[in-house]
Amino acid sequence: MNRTEPFAFVRDLATRWDAIAIVVVIGILTFFAEASRGLFAPISGLTAAPLSLDPVHLPVYAARTTLRMFTALVFSLLFTFTYATWAAKSARAEKLLVPVLDILQSVPILGFLSVTVVFFMSLVPGRVLGAEFASIFVIFTSQAWNMAFSFYQSLRTVPDELCECCGSFRLSPWMRFWRLEVPFAMPALLWNMMMSMSGSWFFVVASEAIVVGHTNIALPGVGSYIALAIEQGNLHAIGWAIATMLVVILLYDQLIFRPLVVWGDRFRIDQEQGGRAPHSWALTMMQRSRIMSGLRTMFFAVVRWTSRRTPRPQVLATLARAGTGRRTDLLWFVVLCLVVGLALWRIARMLFGETSAHEALQVAGLAAITLLRVMILIALASALWVPIGIWVGLRPRATQIVQPVEQVLAAFPANLLFPAAVFGIVTWKLNPDLWLSPLMILGTQWYILFNVIAGASAMPVELRYAAQNFGVTGSLWWRKIALPGVLPYYVTGAITASGGSWNAAILAELASWRNVEVKAHGIGAYIAEATTAGDFHRIILGIATMSLFVVAINRVFWRPLYYYAERKFRLT
Amino acid sequence: MNSVMSHTEAPLLTVDGVRKAFAKPDGGELLVLEGVNLKLQAGQIVGLLGRSGSGKSTLLRLIAGLAEPSGGSLSFRGQPISGPAAGIAMVFQSFALFPWLTVFENVALGLEAQHMPKADIRKRSLAAIDLIGLDGFESAYPRELSGGMRQRVGFARALVVHPDVLLMDEPFSALDVLTAETLRTDFLDLWAEGRAPIKGVILVTHNIEEAVLMCDRILVFGSNPGRILSEINVTLPQPRKRLDPSFRELVERIYVEMTSRRTSDPSVHGSRTERFPGLGIGSVLPRVSSNLLSGLVETVAAPPFNGTADLPKIASDLQMEIDELFPVAETLQLMRLAELEGGDIKLTETGLAFANAGLDERKRIFARQLLTYVPLAAHIRRVLDERATHAARKSRFIDELEDFMGEDDAEQTLRAVVSLARYGEVFAYNDENAAFSLENPV
Repeated sequence: MNRTEPFAFVRDLATRWDAIAIVVVIGILTFFAEASRGLFAPISGLTAAPLSLDPVHLPVYAARTTLRMFTALVFSLLFTFTYATWAAKSARAEKLLVPVLDILQSVPILGFLSVTVVFFMSLVPGRVLGAEFASIFVIFTSQAWNMAFSFYQSLRTVPDELCECCGSFRLSPWMRFWRLEVPFAMPALLWNMMMSMSGSWFFVVASEAIVVGHTNIALPGVGSYIALAIEQGNLHAIGWAIATMLVVILLYDQLIFRPLVVWGDRFRIDQEQGGRAPHSWALTMMQRSRIMSGLRTMFFAVVRWTSRRTPRPQVLATLARAGTGRRTDLLWFVVLCLVVGLALWRIARMLFGETSAHEALQVAGLAAITLLRVMILIALASALWVPIGIWVGLRPRATQIVQPVEQVLAAFPANLLFPAAVFGIVTWKLNPDLWLSPLMILGTQWYILFNVIAGASAMPVELRYAAQNFGVTGSLWWRKIALPGVLPYYVTGAITASGGSWNAAILAELASWRNVEVKAHGIGAYIAEATTAGDFHRIILGIATMSLFVVAINRVFWRPLYYYAERKFRLT
Repeated sequence: MNSVMSHTEAPLLTVDGVRKAFAKPDGGELLVLEGVNLKLQAGQIVGLLGRSGSGKSTLLRLIAGLAEPSGGSLSFRGQPISGPAAGIAMVFQSFALFPWLTVFENVALGLEAQHMPKADIRKRSLAAIDLIGLDGFESAYPRELSGGMRQRVGFARALVVHPDVLLMDEPFSALDVLTAETLRTDFLDLWAEGRAPIKGVILVTHNIEEAVLMCDRILVFGSNPGRILSEINVTLPQPRKRLDPSFRELVERIYVEMTSRRTSDPSVHGSRTERFPGLGIGSVLPRVSSNLLSGLVETVAAPPFNGTADLPKIASDLQMEIDELFPVAETLQLMRLAELEGGDIKLTETGLAFANAGLDERKRIFARQLLTYVPLAAHIRRVLDERATHAARKSRFIDELEDFMGEDDAEQTLRAVVSLARYGEVFAYNDENAAFSLENPV
């Protein structure tokens, strides 16, 4: 139940809604870029407090970073509850909102960084608050999409009879949302919140200390601390930062997420008590001290209080999703045409004003190089981690030891290790095109391992006994039993890893240590360079091209593979 | 219970000429209910008896106000039903309990939705929990309860809102035999002693004995489209005994009713082949395992039945509900391996030969009957024979079937014929590329 299907909403290769979604997303980006261009100047007054590499400051920095992450998480939740609910409740909105979400999920988030930072800073000119907004927004973009997707999927799969039960008692939509829909979606949502928190560490480092054109921002936080340490080449400081980060991860995992997951376990709809129930010392502690039950009582009191103030439906509002009036349909269609037209016009004006078709081709070539890199890396990582994952997954004891370690590794921002790579490349005069590549998959390979372990441990024991009984061993065992058994899980992991690698390319293809810069050929380096130069046309061109590549590779390769694996090899 | 109640009193619930159709993606419509009339008088339990797909659950949802009829009207206490009515509550087949709420909270939910004061909610919920025999379990979560206890929560949750009419959607079918019997008896006791705050009950079931045991009136539903075939008044005094000869007689009569209608009604499959000679591919086939087919033939051929068996008897011997038994029997009838008449199943000459044959001979007989009497199988075989490649895509036949039936039925029918054809080795089907062929897989 903890796996979210990456493409659960539509099985088609691509629909016209995808095309529209791409246009709308890139249109929004263009809007941000344009809006920020004119407001570029007044920000020069911003001076952030100077950072210090003294580890004494780290607890404060860590606190501020964590606060940023949780603020972003709250916004992600708000986004989830509104956007996903709207998509699930209105058939009309769903057609656009869901593909938009899918595109947003595929767009390299780091690309947002450059265009949004300036926009947010211009909202509160000359204040740190603007930079905080910008940083929180970047973290938000790394957290929100998968949460919204998970919530949307849950809303669409609420069991019919529970809906009917709410209908026959005439629960108001508000009451129904809090008493049925949110609890039902809770386990999957919690899991996705955890994934989001882990994933966003990668972006914390990139979002606190940013250089966009002439704008230099260094918000106090672990991310800026690391950036400064890299700039000064201070290895000790990086060590301290890593240690701090691990402590923070451990703390919020034990104090917040594990209790939530254990508590959320009761929301699971499959009532059979399969497997061992998860445990959390922190939850036990809180329950004994009655904090949790107090909070719960309070929460439900609020729900009850608000529910009393919402009117009950008198007529058939029960199962019906927003109906289709012909006139409203037409209006909706016209509005959509206008929006898409406007977006197209903006994008075209922006791109063709400053860049040439020749450059666009060049960028496509760079994207192809990055694509090749991502695919080779995924293949290499698979060759390494699939056998190991199967080995571990089939041994419960090993799984118990490996899984927590691996969760920390997944949360570990791989960009912390980039300096070491740059150092090595410079020292031994290695080819950056080859040796920078592994950095792209450093942080994302764990998804493959993670999912393969899950797949192997989910393999029915009887199947394994049967294989033993018939003496199926060696390569036959791998070909006929182990590999097909974990394939659906592996594909899910590989999709996540591939998406993450594209994102990491922006950081990995252009890395630095002190003032030495190493650059590989690829679209990631192109975007990174354009960002540093503050060249918005090239940023947009780069992001648009990368997004198109990511979406295309998802649609023609990963998605069909996913459904094939699901249909043929799903064991349960 | 009170069958001599005066029928001049205004009925609790009236269903008048109700029709329900669902839109098909191609613009046509799928008719699931037609011309349904029903009156529920105070003090009555009315049973809706029929097989899955006969629209009885749809009718229940119309009464509950969870769906709107395409035609006709429904009224409750004289008021037209335009949404979930306050005096109607429902008990669900799968219990439909909220796993994150305790027993108490589940029961209280309906009162909370009414914005009732907290103290009253508590008082009434505890009373309902007490009534249904759940005291002590108030703080338990549904997952901690057995199936029977969960359905008790379902009953308490429905009764707590003091409904006039209780709707029950196969409430005992997800329970084991013993638990179901206990729950039925407990419910009938509550009802007979007037302790439950309800005036009338509608019970959807596909279990004939359950209907006879509980109901004052039974409406037998037929399918395609769903409609009422007949109405049976049950005048046996409560508590009823299953072994009572008059009880058995009534069960037998309903079996006869449900089988004879099928053979005498030309629109029901089994006799469609005569009606559409050469074209009769338009009947929906149930998915039936070939194991069950040979199993039933063997059972009927063997002593004590020796070729002819009473359907109620064989149903209880094999522990099969009519929903499971009828499709098997009808498929045998369709293939002329057996005949259904007057609540009996009788093997034909071919059926007896089949029973006595070895595996290869059985497959030969099966293939011959299949190609002769199942037009769809013959049609697919003919297409494959005529083509040079001896292959055809599944979508081709699905399209043809969808001229006669809905999307799901077409898929089910094709799956059913594939399963039969595989047993008879009439043709092969590869799910990977969704194609039919004459070759046997390597």
